[in-house]
Amino acid sequence: MGKPEDTERKKKLKDVEISVPIVYGNAAFWLGKKASEYQSHKWTVYVRGATNEDLSVVVKRVVFQLHSSFNNPTRVVESAPFELSESGWGEFEIAITLYFHNDVCEKPLNLYHHLKLYPEDESGPMSIKKPVVVEFYNEIVFTEPSESFLARVQNYPAVTFPRLPAGFTLPSSAPIEDESKRKRGDTKDHPLNQWFLNFSEADELLQLAAARQQVQAHIAKLRRQISVIDGQNQQFKSSSDQ
Amino acid sequence: MDAKDILGLPKTPLPITQEKKPRPQKDSQRKPDGISREVYALTGGLAPLMPSIDASQLKRRPPSDEKITWQWLPFTSSARKDDLQLYHWVRVVNGVPPTGDYSFAKYNKSVDVIKYTDEEYEKYLTDPVWTKEETDQLFDLCERFDLRFIVIADRFPTFRTVEELKDRYYSVSRAILIARAPSPGEVAGHPLVKEPYNVSQETERKRALSMVLSQTKQQERKDAEVLAEAKRIAESRMAAQGAEEPDLPVTSDIGPESVERAIGHGDTISPSSVQVPSAAVAPSTSIMADNASTLASLRMLRVYLRTYALEQMVQAASSSAGLRTIKRVEQTLQDLEVNLKPKVPTKAVCAEHLELRKEILTLLNLQKQLQYKEAEGSSFRDGSYGDMPGTPKRSHRVVDQDRTFVPDAISFGGERAGKREQKRKGPGRVSETPSSPAHKRPRKMKASDL
Repeated sequence: MGKPEDTERKKKLKDVEISVPIVYGNAAFWLGKKASEYQSHKWTVYVRGATNEDLSVVVKRVVFQLHSSFNNPTRVVESAPFELSESGWGEFEIAITLYFHNDVCEKPLNLYHHLKLYPEDESGPMSIKKPVVVEFYNEIVFTEPSESFLARVQNYPAVTFPRLPAGFTLPSSAPIEDESKRKRGDTKDHPLNQWFLNFSEADELLQLAAARQQVQAHIAKLRRQISVIDGQNQQFKSSSDQ
Repeated sequence: MDAKDILGLPKTPLPITQEKKPRPQKDSQRKPDGISREVYALTGGLAPLMPSIDASQLKRRPPSDEKITWQWLPFTSSARKDDLQLYHWVRVVNGVPPTGDYSFAKYNKSVDVIKYTDEEYEKYLTDPVWTKEETDQLFDLCERFDLRFIVIADRFPTFRTVEELKDRYYSVSRAILIARAPSPGEVAGHPLVKEPYNVSQETERKRALSMVLSQTKQQERKDAEVLAEAKRIAESRMAAQGAEEPDLPVTSDIGPESVERAIGHGDTISPSSVQVPSAAVAPSTSIMADNASTLASLRMLRVYLRTYALEQMVQAASSSAGLRTIKRVEQTLQDLEVNLKPKVPTKAVCAEHLELRKEILTLLNLQKQLQYKEAEGSSFRDGSYGDMPGTPKRSHRVVDQDRTFVPDAISFGGERAGKREQKRKGPGRVSETPSSPAHKRPRKMKASDL
């Protein structure tokens, strides 16, 4: 274990970023007949890979900070799936802190999620079977990833691997130790899977492209109008000088 | 008073009160003591802030032990080559005339113009563009006029620019110096050898100077703005680079790009309007600077959320815009049926979103510009120059019939348009027929107007 090798591993790449698409949110079931005054809902707050892949390749642990009225409001989840289930009646903000593996990033990242129990449409009947689900898509961006980080995650689908600079080669990653371990962490067979929302960037991209086109056309029109008026104003100026 | 004396009119004017008024004025003005009133009046009748001459000294008599006479005496000057004797008044003290050379002789300075021999000319000084005759003439003029090249240029028989003459003179002198020097080291210290005359640089320099001197006020303003913006960009780049680790190539890539784009922007926008130059140029250049420093600070974070990055970039892009403008941008996004915060914030989506926001800002700026120009145009047309297009003027004039009408609000999208029209009260906006020039209809400006 020579020292130069370690520093090689720790060498960071500039201009390279690696991102992890995640979805975080909650699902809440109304307890119906079994609901009491203080426990009307059973809810689960979670952070998952956007494509339901296992996040533990990057995330070491997740800490959910609940409302102070809960016992032990600081809940630590050490392994995937990174979720927490509880029962209660109130909606409040949950602070979710993601801690990453040492070679990934030493700083934790904070997310904030407002727990939602009651459906938007207040007039409709509450169902025991269908949960209220609120999810948000986001991407964790790591700047200047170390070589060892890149090497380790290169075969994991949870991570959006960047294009490396030309001529750059990574050492091959260590073989995945435990197939069964790896399997468990993903949420593809998660009981809540059927309620998970789909996030597709295609729709949004289309909408944005259309909007940009409209705006650009309008800009071109205005520029033409401005040049016309400039010409007219120029005439006025020169005639008034006489 | 004195005028009346001169004219021979009676001294006492009929109303006595009139006389009394000017007198106290004159008395108070008569500040000086030691200088007569007429002399004082030469300065405009006001006391200077710092008396240049000690007034009390002026009336002082010379020391009484000295006997001063003035005599008409002959003198010679060492500055003259002949022995001409001239006469002048001389201040003689106690019968002793002053000694020494003529006091102005010391000002007779001249330049040591090098004289080369024909031999030396053949050996070192021949030049394709200069004949020996011309060079000789040049040197003769240089000596006669003490290197006053403007005069020399005027008198030179053939046409030569001042720079050409200087160039020839200095290069000949330099060549002779070096040739005559026993060793090159000895003349190396001579200013002419160390820094030879640079014709092209001189011509350029003078051209640039004359350009700067002949700039119009508008150009001056433009230059000052661009320089100020470039300075700002450079400073923010320095700040960004100073905050980072020493080797980060990306920021420096953005740097020159941003400066180029900034200057390009400045050039295209400012000719169009005098009123909106600073508003138009400043946002574009400072946006580039803000972008670069935002990227740098994001980099420093090591880890961040895509949405956070987008927020920062949006803030940087709208840093120069007021709250109203930002609200308008958001309203436009809504009209376009775009989420104010993207639902699926991938890298591509965020980039598109940012670009869209920037384009909307540009759009709003252009609309403002157009309004200004229309107001300008209509003020020209009506001949009322006092009606300068200022910021939100209440009576916005409707423009002529033959001009295309520009809707104030952007009408986008199909489905939503109907709803919006219903909500709006007051004069219809989008499809309004322009009135004839005789009618000047004041239109109320609403918050959603630009």
